[in-house]
Amino acid sequence: MEALSARGLVKQYRNGVQALKGIDLTVEEGDFFALLGPNGAGKSTLIGICTSLVTKTAGTIKVFGHDLDSDLEAAKACIGVVPQELNLNQFETPETIVVNQAGFYGIPRRIARERAQKYLTQLSLWDKRNKMARTLSGGMKRRLMIARALMHEPRLLILDEPTAGVDIEIRRSMWDFLRELNAAGTTIILTTHYLEEAETLCRNIAIIDRGCIAEADRMDRLLLKLHTESFLFSLRTPLTAVPTVPGYDLRLVDPHTLEVEVSKDRDLNELFSRLSADGIHVVSMRNKVNRLEEIFMRLVEKSGVAA
Amino acid sequence: MSAGFASTRWIGFQTIVLREFGRILRIWGQTIVPSAVTAALYFVIFGSLIGRRIGQMDGVDYMQYIAPGLIMMAVITNAYANVSSSFFGAKFQRFLEEISVSPQPNWIVVLGYTFGGVLRGLLVGVAVTVISLVFTHLPVHHLFVIILAVLLTAVVFSLAGFINGVFAKNFDQVNWIPTFILTPLTYFGGVFYSINLLPEWARTLSFANPVLHMVNSFRYGFLGRSDVDVFVAFGIMGAAAVMLFGIALWLMERGIGLRD
Repeated sequence: MEALSARGLVKQYRNGVQALKGIDLTVEEGDFFALLGPNGAGKSTLIGICTSLVTKTAGTIKVFGHDLDSDLEAAKACIGVVPQELNLNQFETPETIVVNQAGFYGIPRRIARERAQKYLTQLSLWDKRNKMARTLSGGMKRRLMIARALMHEPRLLILDEPTAGVDIEIRRSMWDFLRELNAAGTTIILTTHYLEEAETLCRNIAIIDRGCIAEADRMDRLLLKLHTESFLFSLRTPLTAVPTVPGYDLRLVDPHTLEVEVSKDRDLNELFSRLSADGIHVVSMRNKVNRLEEIFMRLVEKSGVAA
Repeated sequence: MSAGFASTRWIGFQTIVLREFGRILRIWGQTIVPSAVTAALYFVIFGSLIGRRIGQMDGVDYMQYIAPGLIMMAVITNAYANVSSSFFGAKFQRFLEEISVSPQPNWIVVLGYTFGGVLRGLLVGVAVTVISLVFTHLPVHHLFVIILAVLLTAVVFSLAGFINGVFAKNFDQVNWIPTFILTPLTYFGGVFYSINLLPEWARTLSFANPVLHMVNSFRYGFLGRSDVDVFVAFGIMGAAAVMLFGIALWLMERGIGLRD
């Protein structure tokens, strides 16, 4: 079943800006879906329309078969949303915030309190349940927004940059939490600027740019489209000149760091042999950029040129 | 409408009202105390000091005459302020989105906030009534009229406050209407005087002021005296409540001031 189906979605703001230019998008039930795009691409507008915070100009949206135009309340009941901007009542406690949110979805207070304990505990906020929201750290507020979105146990969870400004440790724990949630059956749509996050978590992906879908595919298929990969080699001894190795594109970032772009039809063994023969010893290596980031940049640049 | 939807709406309504009630109690120093202090000052200055020289108004002791008006003034300003500031605050801090993304229909949102305003109006009204009883005796001429007048007034001004909250783009705009419209309407609404003291043109003009009808019907409930026909007053209040509810709902449906 389709968790989300958008057809011919158009949004034109009153100032004339066309944020979405006839988008078609399908997210299957149970998917972990990445929605990527540069700032101003239309991601938040698309999420805003799905959650009824933004009025669409044209097109249709269905959430688990419920049309937003004709079956709005049923559609809304299926969605949980974690917005990009903090939108908490700063003068309420986490427990009050999540219990109230459950109430807006018609969940009786007794069940809401049980769920509050469950989700606040899972997101490591239970010991902060009686603190004012304004006293929580940025990471805690983000987690609180996730707990709040889960209180009615939605079938579709939409997260708009949920880990923005969150430290690495908390981000990793949030990834684990989201993975478990998805494994338990919740469909997740994620927008993020951390492309590693999308590559790690998501199975399918759509890249939006300037209000259009630039690419929509399975993550593994999309990554296969990348023909080259860049590595950074840390060198034992400093270099003053760039070594020449036929078939490889090398560049000296600094005397101790060599950047290498390798085509996928070549292997690294030959390169290491040549470098060893020239007395260049590689201490360690790492990917220069995340593979998805590479594709993302190419697609966005291509679309920019086309525009 | 299925039983599921009915239950969802009822729990949603309760949640909005409980949240509003919690807010009123949490910031009681801003929501309840100021009106009680102001009312006490009015009683001391207008009622006790100046009122003694005035003597009687419309056949009753001046302190007794202004008491219903002062109670109603507190109800009006607090019902209005509660909804306008709470709704605008939720919009400004964006946590109104908690309700906007939920399956609650707009009429439940309007009713929930309105009920919150009515609650604060009544709480402050009771506080001012208790203070007034320290200064004067308040007989009960017609209990039903008292209850209906205060409820309708609180509903009307809660709805007006809701509309103000929808339109407001900053905190100045939340305060603008209470300062420049609500206060003059209340002061010229027969709180401190009978319109029979006014010249003919001013008396005629006063009938266009809805607050006059509210204050006088409320006063009638206590003292059995009114400058207006109580039935007409209830008609005006009822019509105003229906009209304002319709406007508030229309604004919500259109998303004016709320959605892009």
